[in-house]
Amino acid sequence: MSKKEMVTLTIDGKEVTVKKGTTILEAAREIDIDIPTLCFLKEINEVGNCRMCLVEIEGVKGFKASCVYPAEDGLVVRTNTKELIDTKRTILELLLSSHEKKCLTCVRSTNCRLQDLCRRFEIPDLEYEGEMPEADLDDSSNCIVRNTAKCILCRRCVNICKKVQGVSAINNLNRGFHSKVGVALNMGMRQSTCVGCGQCIIHCPVGALTEKSNVGSLREALADPSKHVVIQTAPAVRATIGEEFGMPIGSLVQGKMVAALRRLGFDKVFDTDLGADITIMEEATEFISRLNEGRDLPMITSCSSGWITFAEKFYPECLNHLSTTKSPMEILGTLIKTYYARKQGIDPKDIYSVALMPCSAKKAEIIRDELKLEDGIQAVDNVITTREMARMLKEANIDLAALDEEEYDAPLSVATGAGHIFGTTGGVMEAALRSVSYILDKTEIENVEFKNLRGTKGIKQAEINIAGKKHKIAISQGLANASKLLDQIKAGTSEYSFIEIMTCPGGCVNGGGQPIVDEYKASKIDVIGLRAKALYSADKKSKYRRSYQNPAVKDLYNDFLDSPNSKKAHKLLHTHYNKQEVYVEGK
Amino acid sequence: MDIKELNKVKEKNLKLLANKRIMVCSGTGCTSSKSDVLLANLKKAIKISGVKNLSVEKTGCFGFCAKGPIVVIDPDEIFYEMVKPEDALDIVNSIIEGKIIDRLLAEEKEQLVKKWHELNFYNKQERIALKNCGKINPEKIEEYIALDGYQALYKALNMSRDEVINEINLSGLRGRGGAGFPTGRKWQFTKEAESDIKYVCCNADEGDPGAFMDRSILEGDPHSVIEAMTIAAYAVGAKQGYIYVRAEYPIAVERLTIAINQAKEKGLLGKNIFGKGLDFQLELRLGAGAFVCGEETALMNSIEGKRGEPRPRPPFPAVKGLFEKPTLLNNVETYANIPKIILNGGNWYSKIGTEHSKGTKVFALGGNINNVGLVEVPMGTTLREIVYDIGGGIPGGKRFKAAQTGGPSGGCIPAEHLDTPIDYESLNKIGSMMGSGGLIIMDESKCMVNLAKFFLEFTVDESCGKCPPCRIGTKRMLEILTRITEGKGKEGDIEKLEHLAENIKKASLCGLGQTAPNPVLSTLKYYRDEYEAHIKEKRCPAGECKALTQVHIDPEKCKQCGICAKNCPVGAIDGEVRKGPFKINQEKCIKCGICITKCPFKAISK
Repeated sequence: MSKKEMVTLTIDGKEVTVKKGTTILEAAREIDIDIPTLCFLKEINEVGNCRMCLVEIEGVKGFKASCVYPAEDGLVVRTNTKELIDTKRTILELLLSSHEKKCLTCVRSTNCRLQDLCRRFEIPDLEYEGEMPEADLDDSSNCIVRNTAKCILCRRCVNICKKVQGVSAINNLNRGFHSKVGVALNMGMRQSTCVGCGQCIIHCPVGALTEKSNVGSLREALADPSKHVVIQTAPAVRATIGEEFGMPIGSLVQGKMVAALRRLGFDKVFDTDLGADITIMEEATEFISRLNEGRDLPMITSCSSGWITFAEKFYPECLNHLSTTKSPMEILGTLIKTYYARKQGIDPKDIYSVALMPCSAKKAEIIRDELKLEDGIQAVDNVITTREMARMLKEANIDLAALDEEEYDAPLSVATGAGHIFGTTGGVMEAALRSVSYILDKTEIENVEFKNLRGTKGIKQAEINIAGKKHKIAISQGLANASKLLDQIKAGTSEYSFIEIMTCPGGCVNGGGQPIVDEYKASKIDVIGLRAKALYSADKKSKYRRSYQNPAVKDLYNDFLDSPNSKKAHKLLHTHYNKQEVYVEGK
Repeated sequence: MDIKELNKVKEKNLKLLANKRIMVCSGTGCTSSKSDVLLANLKKAIKISGVKNLSVEKTGCFGFCAKGPIVVIDPDEIFYEMVKPEDALDIVNSIIEGKIIDRLLAEEKEQLVKKWHELNFYNKQERIALKNCGKINPEKIEEYIALDGYQALYKALNMSRDEVINEINLSGLRGRGGAGFPTGRKWQFTKEAESDIKYVCCNADEGDPGAFMDRSILEGDPHSVIEAMTIAAYAVGAKQGYIYVRAEYPIAVERLTIAINQAKEKGLLGKNIFGKGLDFQLELRLGAGAFVCGEETALMNSIEGKRGEPRPRPPFPAVKGLFEKPTLLNNVETYANIPKIILNGGNWYSKIGTEHSKGTKVFALGGNINNVGLVEVPMGTTLREIVYDIGGGIPGGKRFKAAQTGGPSGGCIPAEHLDTPIDYESLNKIGSMMGSGGLIIMDESKCMVNLAKFFLEFTVDESCGKCPPCRIGTKRMLEILTRITEGKGKEGDIEKLEHLAENIKKASLCGLGQTAPNPVLSTLKYYRDEYEAHIKEKRCPAGECKALTQVHIDPEKCKQCGICAKNCPVGAIDGEVRKGPFKINQEKCIKCGICITKCPFKAISK
């Protein structure tokens, strides 16, 4: 980098040289000065509204928000004068005066930015108690609960929903003391464009946004001796749940997790990754037949629950492009209540089927009518997020980190590396490409690692060879990126044959049900990258890395499903989508 | 239109302006006192009388609003006040007969005043921004052209862009919206910003309670703003302009719309203006009435169709403003000065005013003052001159207590500073500010704690809610002020107010929050004893805070007539006629003060 593009400034007496365009806040972070923030989210919420990052700049009048003030050559910045600290303490006191201070019973206690800052600034007393703003508790959604009494109006949720997801379900309503975040016209989240992704939850600095808890009914089921309670675990959870037990980010804890769940009382612990392998068999077969028939291309993956809702709400005209294959969770859930139930001789109605998911959107997926089994029962009865499960394990005195590794239960236990990588962006596509040629004409590809499909670029594209023909494929993460690809399809200009769409940036490793990492900590390490790395290492260690090689998959088709896309497979493993009417801003 | 045509229109209409014309104030104030009906009646009366060479015209605000509706008969400038629709026939007949109607004339010091400029009210005024108000029909571009309209634009287009900006710099003109930033420098910054697209905007979102300077300019002389914006567009290199005006100003919106259309028709807006290659389009954008939209970045958000709330600076609008392009934003009154500065030169303008505050300033004079209205005075005029010479003093023989400038962002000026010259620096020095021009006079019956509370109520209502200091802090200050005025103030409340005020000023994102505590700080500065009386003695010295006021009947003075009891709206006065002094039941009394005014013997007081 040339000298011209760099600027040197002094922060708290220390010189730092940064790229032009860097903010003072980020420059300070480079020299490990942690200027307090509440609202800052890089590139998503750089708005300067919480005022906690104020600094003094020599020669500049007044305090300035460092998160939006560009670093300039020669600036002399102070971040910790007595006046600044006093002002920030006052801001915190004011925030507390309009905040529901039920910290003892708050799910975010000890992982709350506001609580953390209050401790840091030693708030001596609650000086400015007064009227509380009118608050809403919106639990109309099946995925997300919003409690505005805890909201500090940082707007991270509003902007992640708008800029990263392109959903804009929530926005700033009213003004002044009556400001709040909510759905247009004060409707509930259920009536909004919300897709349930939960990105708002994992970026909320306080406890204003949480997943809709389903822990209570699970406790009941576990305590009910007449229920056969089974659980399946999604690919991404094994790469994250360890964090909740003090393990470093990126710890792969599949075996410990299985052991912990067994201790909690589950009768069987199954692997959703086997469902992912079957997804690949069905989806790849479906793709080949669409290619042959030249219809509904590009085909788009359908395993990400938020994405399905997004398509139904925003792009109903493109629903024919979605693969009809159910998600891995629903496939495994279906197999549990059909194949497994029959094999074990258990009435499916007595099975309580739980899915441990990195995702809040999955909570809505399981109640979809189209996914109900023959006599109207749900394939999956309860979705528990990574965070919820960690809390349940803790209340049951189970320290996951300390446990010895155990194996999943037969017959739904064996998964391939292809199934593991479903949990990260690009993983579904990579898994599909490992199998598609084989399914087409029994060609075994040599290299199973598609490195160009990995990483967290918004939209990745590549050219692949199937049966001697070149095809363009694309992978997107974050629904705002998906919109770009969908707009091309609508305009008839899409040049792709196959598209993978993941709702959350980074895929499921960064799903709305995953452990919440503080923004400052997240700015210092690559959370998504480390979690994805754990899944790729699981893939590398796997005995089988191609879905069609999975002996459990072979058994399932031989014993039960006939062949991919067979009549039976269609009945059990495929679904359809419906347009959802909602008010979409600007449409 | 080229300059020849412009001059032709000018000459033709200058002659028409010399005709007998009845100029009827058609500003918002006079219109609400039925000047529109009066105007219609005058037209009818002329028709009925069959008189020729007499016309009736709408015109802008004369400023003497307390005595509206105002009618001036040109060219003799006969000045009639408080004219009613019923007076129309008399006025027309008197003109035919060459007479003056005495009963409609203003009276000063027991003398009838015949002509507009003979009124004391105008003695110390100098009308530059309001130059055409009262003189022309704002809905006729020809009349604007007659009084040198669009000559400044032609002149500017024959100067270089730097020369134009240089004239503005020479004039010393500073922003009239309140902050007083040098206008020429703003133009310079916007000109220097490199961009293919730039914008010129006008802030007509006048929001201070009681302020109506900009509204009056837009209603009375919309073309002066349009001409100025076109000059600015040339100087900074913009092709598109927006006037952001409040929807609550329907007359201003209507006149602006007419004016923009007329300017377009004449080729004074649009493509290749005066054949000099300047393209400039101008559009209106209506604000929905949020005070914060007068803040420049919030205003631009609003024009963009976003939520009207401020964004952090830098980047400044001159670098990255409307739609992320360099943008020049000036307020209405600032623009209204521009054509005059270009025509007469920056040096001419810089001779008016004080060393650092040049030119004139328009004030909306209100509150406890005899001549409520709109005044334009040279910078440096003292508050005393405005209150007593122009404003005619305090009604009811009461004493002057304080003047509030700068609205909810400003502060109060106590009697001891009556001789302060009104300019940016002097007002800042005494803890107030110029503001956009609201000037509210208060007499001794006004409680300063209550005043501070009034302004805080306003800012709490108008805070956009984006940053916590303003959103929550002003609310908490208001709660403290409210309890003080209700007699529930606690030891330490003043210190709490001061602590909050200082931090809100320092920490707020935009000017609204940064100045919101000013009314509290300035009243604390000058009237701390009033706060203390409320808190410690549970007493409101001005007798305005109802919870702290008791109304008493002096038994010595009471003649037992019972008039007070008869007039009390809540039956709070006990007693029988001629059977002993009356007494007020304090539990029932609502402190409305009606008994005080009704008692013939002045036996009742607070």
